[in-house]
Amino acid sequence: MTTQASTTAYPSGAGGGEPLLSVRDLTVTFGRGGRAFTAVDHVSFDVQPGQTVGLVGESGCGKSVTSLAIMQLLPSRGNTVSGTVSFAGEDLLSLSDAQMRDRRGRDLAMIFQDPLSSLNPVVPLGTQVAEVLQRHKGMKNAPAQKRAAELLDKVGIPDPTRRLKEYPHQLSGGMRQRALIAMALACEPRLLIADEPTTALDVTIQAQILALLKELVQDSGTALIMITHDLGVVAGLCDEVNVLYGGRIVERAGRHDLFARPRHPYTGGLLASIPRLTEERGRRLTPVPGSVADNIPWDHGCAFAPRCASEIGVCRERTPELVPDRPELGADRLLRCHNPLESNPLDDAPTTEESGA
Amino acid sequence: MLRFIVRRLLQALIALFVLSVLLFAWLRSLPGGVVSALLGERGTPESAAKLRAQLGLDDPIPVQYWRFLERAVQGDFGVSNGVYRGQPALDVFTQRFPATIELSFFAILIALTFAIPLGYFAARRRGGVLDTGSVVFSLVGVAVPVFFLAYVLKYLFAVRWGLLPPSGRQTVGINATHITNFYVLDALMTREWDAAWDALKHLVLPALALSSIPFAVVFRITRAAVIDVMDEDYVRTARAKGLTARTIRGRHIMRNALIPVVTIVGLQIGALLAGAVLTEKVFAFQGIGQALAIGFELRDYPVLQVLIMMAALIYIVVNLLVDIAYAVIDPRVRL
Repeated sequence: MTTQASTTAYPSGAGGGEPLLSVRDLTVTFGRGGRAFTAVDHVSFDVQPGQTVGLVGESGCGKSVTSLAIMQLLPSRGNTVSGTVSFAGEDLLSLSDAQMRDRRGRDLAMIFQDPLSSLNPVVPLGTQVAEVLQRHKGMKNAPAQKRAAELLDKVGIPDPTRRLKEYPHQLSGGMRQRALIAMALACEPRLLIADEPTTALDVTIQAQILALLKELVQDSGTALIMITHDLGVVAGLCDEVNVLYGGRIVERAGRHDLFARPRHPYTGGLLASIPRLTEERGRRLTPVPGSVADNIPWDHGCAFAPRCASEIGVCRERTPELVPDRPELGADRLLRCHNPLESNPLDDAPTTEESGA
Repeated sequence: MLRFIVRRLLQALIALFVLSVLLFAWLRSLPGGVVSALLGERGTPESAAKLRAQLGLDDPIPVQYWRFLERAVQGDFGVSNGVYRGQPALDVFTQRFPATIELSFFAILIALTFAIPLGYFAARRRGGVLDTGSVVFSLVGVAVPVFFLAYVLKYLFAVRWGLLPPSGRQTVGINATHITNFYVLDALMTREWDAAWDALKHLVLPALALSSIPFAVVFRITRAAVIDVMDEDYVRTARAKGLTARTIRGRHIMRNALIPVVTIVGLQIGALLAGAVLTEKVFAFQGIGQALAIGFELRDYPVLQVLIMMAALIYIVVNLLVDIAYAVIDPRVRL
């Protein structure tokens, strides 16, 4: 394999005890031979029961592929998955299709980005919720429909009994995402993966959906993996954050620690790019310069180097490893950088009120 | 829904009227004409003139058309002047119509029974042996002319191996009661099992020949639709729910993939009627296709007019039914 950070000495997460989900060296490669592309490269992280973990990064950083690999929903051909994904003590990657089917929707569930295209347009909502219950709880149709109405009510859909017979196109975007959440939580899974659940929604609805998710996972003790490019979402929801870049984790920290002291220049760039209300009007946003297309392969150094303001000579010579960061900046922090930030980039900005939280 | 149906039927009336004008003009512009077709070589100028007068062919064409229209709206499409001489043209249609419906029904049944499952499995194993094989096979199905296929089938199965009857709808002299003129249905209703089996055997070859194009088209559309639908987010959602392969296939893939298939089946009815002309001719199958072919040879205007108008009407009605079916299977469609 390529030179890369060994994670054999991966420190266990803050909660201690047995993690619910433990991902080790998860690697997903599309294609083979010279055209092979490694979308996820030796990613390791833990999720404790009831914990909310964020996977953060821009498009193409491998966050969605990571989640699909955990759920084993990647296309059956054209990719290679290696590493281990142990869930409640079982390695999911070694399960058969049938065994995995029994767990999906029951023990692990997932909600997706675009609620309209994620719902079957020609099947009534009630059936789409009830079918999970019928499949995993052995319920008959009538009680499953009744339970479906209760679930729709729980996620805040008004008049749920009438909605059972309606079709996705008859619902608003927010209602559709609520319905998808109801389906995902129908069997009270221990782990929920939310892949950019608010990206396709408008801002006020985003806040409602996030509040709903937060409430539901707290009430039921469901662990949540929140996949997002939006650090605002992370700030409101996640206990722990993994920042991905080019298929590798570049920084891991608790939420407060990450916002107080971002260490990786990429994390710093993501934070600086969030518009703030306290800013003077008309000031241009501060994007992370360049795009993922500028990456250099990890074998040749740091993939982020071409876009990085803190780049030093060694960045293009030696691949940085994911190693424990200075403990005084927060417990169990990991960092993959030759020249980390020594101060919060937002401290230079006019105000910093929102950064720490 | 009701308003939609009424509107479509009104549109159909206009379409039929326009068609009747075009048809009338077109039939009369064909070379030859009814008089020489009827009299042949024995005709003299006198007998020809007499016949022309008798058939009203001396009047200007608009006058002839008006006479036709006046009678047609009263259900009188004139009297055959071809092989069915003296028979009302409409009767020629009603007597033969069940045969063509029976043939088309079995043809479409064969096509759908094989094309839809094959299309699904080809899509699931894209690029595999079954997929490549069926794609090539379906290409041949579209490319081979129906009449050629009909002759090949007839030669192999009827003439060479003698497995199936070469022509007709029923063995001559078999004891069969005819009620609706759907022979298989009649025999089943009267429990004449031998007659039912006999009629069915007569249907196999023409129905197979006629099914080749609908089969190929439906197969390709199903395959393409399944390939599209399999990549849809809602299929991923269904898999994320841990549903069984059967539920995913039936409820989430096929229910969506069949929407374009329904449309194409409606449009294929036209091709089916055209194919029936050729197939019925080859197998001497007494349906409207055969009557149409004979009608053209003898310039039997009244019969041709009624048959073509009825074919157009059937086409319109079937596509209206398809649109209604559409609204039933796809809740997003409002009529």
